[in-house]
Amino acid sequence: MRLYPILPSRMSILRVDNLTKTYASAGHALTVLHAVSFELAAGDTFAIVGPSGSGKTTLLGLCAGLDRATSGSVWLNNIQLDNLSEDERAAVRNQHVGFIFQNFQLLPTLTALENVLVPLELRGQRGAAKTALALLDRVGLADRAHHYPAQLSGGEQQRVSLARAFANRPAVLFADEPTGNLDPDTSERVVNLLFELNREAGTTLVLVTHDLELAAKTQRTLRLRGGKVVEPAVMAEKR
Amino acid sequence: MTNTSWLFRMAWRDSRRSRARLLLFMASIILGIAALVGINSFGDNLARSISEQARELLGADLVLSANQPFEPKLEPALSKLGAARTREVSFASLVQFRPGKGTRLAQVRARDGGFFYGDWDTEPKAAAQRFADTTAAPGALVDDVLLVQFGAKIGDSVQVGQVTLPIIGRVLKTPGQSGITTAVAPTVFLPLAQVTATGLVQRGSRVKYTRSYRFAPGTDVAALLKTLQARLDAADIDTDTVASRQQQTGRAFADLTRYLSLVAFVALLLGCVGVASAVNLYVREKLAAVAVLRCLGASGRQALLIYLIQTAGLGLVGAVLGAGLGAAVQGLLPRVLGDFLPVDITVSVSWPAIATGLVTGLLMAVLFALLPLLSIRRVSPLRVLRTAFEDDTAAPDPLRGLVIGVISVFILVFAYGQTRDWKLTLGFGAGLLAAFAALAGLGRLLMGAVRRFFPAGWGYVWRQGLANLYRPQNQTLTLVTSIGLGTFLLATLFLTQAMLLGRVQIAGQKSAANLVLFDIQPEQRAGVEALLTAQKLPVLQRVPIVTMRLTAINRRPVSVLKKDTANGIPAWALTREYRVTYRDSLNSSEKLTSGTRPTLGADGVPRISVETGYLERVKLKLGDTLDFNVQGAPLRTIIGGTREIDRSRVQPSFLVIFPVGVLETAPQFQVVLTRTGSTAALAAVQQALVRQFPNVSAIDLGLILRTLDDIVDKISFVIRFMAGFSILTGLLVLSSSVVISRYQRVRESVLLRTLGASRAQILRITLVEYGLLGLLAALAGIGLAVLAAWALAVFVFEASFGPAVLPLLGLAALVTALTAGIGLLNSRDVLRRSPLEVLRAEG
Repeated sequence: MRLYPILPSRMSILRVDNLTKTYASAGHALTVLHAVSFELAAGDTFAIVGPSGSGKTTLLGLCAGLDRATSGSVWLNNIQLDNLSEDERAAVRNQHVGFIFQNFQLLPTLTALENVLVPLELRGQRGAAKTALALLDRVGLADRAHHYPAQLSGGEQQRVSLARAFANRPAVLFADEPTGNLDPDTSERVVNLLFELNREAGTTLVLVTHDLELAAKTQRTLRLRGGKVVEPAVMAEKR
Repeated sequence: MTNTSWLFRMAWRDSRRSRARLLLFMASIILGIAALVGINSFGDNLARSISEQARELLGADLVLSANQPFEPKLEPALSKLGAARTREVSFASLVQFRPGKGTRLAQVRARDGGFFYGDWDTEPKAAAQRFADTTAAPGALVDDVLLVQFGAKIGDSVQVGQVTLPIIGRVLKTPGQSGITTAVAPTVFLPLAQVTATGLVQRGSRVKYTRSYRFAPGTDVAALLKTLQARLDAADIDTDTVASRQQQTGRAFADLTRYLSLVAFVALLLGCVGVASAVNLYVREKLAAVAVLRCLGASGRQALLIYLIQTAGLGLVGAVLGAGLGAAVQGLLPRVLGDFLPVDITVSVSWPAIATGLVTGLLMAVLFALLPLLSIRRVSPLRVLRTAFEDDTAAPDPLRGLVIGVISVFILVFAYGQTRDWKLTLGFGAGLLAAFAALAGLGRLLMGAVRRFFPAGWGYVWRQGLANLYRPQNQTLTLVTSIGLGTFLLATLFLTQAMLLGRVQIAGQKSAANLVLFDIQPEQRAGVEALLTAQKLPVLQRVPIVTMRLTAINRRPVSVLKKDTANGIPAWALTREYRVTYRDSLNSSEKLTSGTRPTLGADGVPRISVETGYLERVKLKLGDTLDFNVQGAPLRTIIGGTREIDRSRVQPSFLVIFPVGVLETAPQFQVVLTRTGSTAALAAVQQALVRQFPNVSAIDLGLILRTLDDIVDKISFVIRFMAGFSILTGLLVLSSSVVISRYQRVRESVLLRTLGASRAQILRITLVEYGLLGLLAALAGIGLAVLAAWALAVFVFEASFGPAVLPLLGLAALVTALTAGIGLLNSRDVLRRSPLEVLRAEG
């Protein structure tokens, strides 16, 4: 059952087919995601919304290759993730995926610059330091490059996280509640920066959020409830 | 793809904010490595010193010795040997100092010269030369310990038998003689020319005759000796060359250092258990960072390598520090072991010992750290999304089994390298496993007991402190094992030492005899007994002693048996001088175990009684024949029975007892046992003996006891020194685990304080927790020690066992106080500063 139309005119970057995730919990099978499908093209911006426990984060984890689905399949930049090992999926993430998290997830023992360097150095990129510094400059933190996360404010940490997410020029950027830990003013600045960078890089953006205002900034929204896609009204294309 | 340099860069960057803490984990191995490097360096230096000073050990190139005067027919051959020669006649005798009249048994060495090699260190320096000068007036040289004991000085006199000589110098050091030898048998040196005049060398006296030779440089002494060996063997003359002395001494001390290094290895293993435990906590702290790295594309292997590089790097720092400390410690060891060493040790850096310590320490630390680190491979990147992610690291990991296998193999290979004996190696491995398992089991049991019988009605501080012992991420098992093992070593040592000394003391007090007179010639017996009666001393026992040598077993000559190495008969049994007695009954310290008591057979062949252990060791059985040479007269005997001897009783004991009616006419001497009530009576009887029967020697059992006490004390100091490494390692493990768990403690402390707990309450909770931990560890260690000491008492020493409770309670209190003290000391930072401040610093 195809719930969300493929856009044939543009190149597919992320395709999700009948994705189901079931956990064994206290001897019972608990299905947290039921047969979800959608497809995104390069440069699309996409929001997944829904109440707590609706399966948003599970869906994001499966799309980004952080976890394996019980059934169904995920194609990311024409690579099918389902049969890859954990290390192979890690390589795919390093090459094609960027992340932004609600609690920033910066490595506390590394400076801002070193945090941005991680994905670049992992892929052995030459001139990594120059690229990382340029990105920090782009997010307005060139002068805080050698500060540790504990020495930065929440907004600054999220901007470092943005620089790190774009460092490897990802095909898809996954953002999990990117403004969940920020005050409204800082949130707005971070969101504007996120969309600007996304536009400049032509990255596909997948956003998980409770914030309907933020979701409204994306081209399309998928609403989940109890692990199922709520249809049909909320699936309308806003474009 | 990534290169290795990135892994090193990441390891370096990530460690930046926790390097001091990581170094503290590795501090646990520093002492173990220090002990290992110290002992092995000492062993290398000792072996080198023995090799360099082998000539000094012997004092000559060749030494020949026998228990009877050298046969005249050998003289032509012996007089051609060497470029220079000295003779020595030595025996034990009572000596008396004048004017103080102090009397005691000493070793008398009558020589016609000094030593060819080595320092014969005397005071004044010229005394040794004067002693050797045959034209100078004769004088005696006396060991320093004897002069100190009796307050005698140079210029006083010493009486040996019927000769009285002026003391011309004190002997500080004699070639080949260690401090312990001097303490047990202090020596009086006399000119050889005086020995006849002493009147102490008579038929039947126990005298050793020695000849020392110096050869021209380059002489092949071994080849020369080969031409004489058969004749020397026939005359029962023992030979000692520089090479053989070096080999004997070297082997004995190599064994000593090997066993000490096994003790050091145990300290290292304890440290490694501490490392594994600390790294385990560290890994738990790092799970979130690992998940982020995995999320950003690092493979499980890469994440593991980052933290493995970190721990290995700090392990290397720890190993280098340990090796440096070990190199310094080895400078102390000659002082600790000084009294046992026959050579002067020149201390130098032993690179092989340092390399062995570094490689062993680093490898063990990395292998033990790998056990918790392996779980990093399996950290799911999903942790970045869900903090309460199900435990992805809990499933069984086959690689863990492999690492444990490698550790076990490494331990066994190391133990084999030290002992060169598979049985001992497996015994060491099994003992180690048993000790660790028992301590870990006790720890688990105690934890379970606290949980099961939790005193819900107790006050809050006690309940919180007790609960800390079994809550998640507790350190109870690690600390009970490490501190418990150190306590176990110390307590076992104490209990065994107390048992051995107590046994001798009991024997000394309860037995009627405390003075043994020996070397009494048959014609002197009545006179000696009259002397004792005059002094109002009882004659408790009189025992005749005849010396003889074994010539054949079951008609196979000893010379043939000696060459047959496959028969399993120990060499000492074939070459020793047998001192036997004769009687028809067994005494109160003997028990018949098979056959009959000594009897004269109807066929005229004596049926002798042998000690049970001797029968087994010499592979004999009832009915076997033993041929003896009784000072020239051949005598055939048949083993008629066996006896067990209770050696805790003060009774002369014999391997072989003859029946009456066989040896009465053989040359013999008597031993008489008596008991003196006071030291004044003891001194009086010794002085009277020296005056009237100078050849008779007297063994003061009180003096033997004091000497034994001194020796046991010195040995136990060495063991305490080594056990100290284990205890200190345990305390370091404690320190590091307190520091590593501080992050978690801070959060709890903050929570408790937010909920209204005062600093004093938190302090008391900490005190209860660490006090209980120390107490559990101490009780576990002491419990195991009591068990081990009981097993030693029953199965090895065959003694009754009753541990002294008070000192053990003292030890338990000390360990508990130390543990609680260190726990508090490391937590004081958390308690002193404000919660917010601490949280910021930890973040």
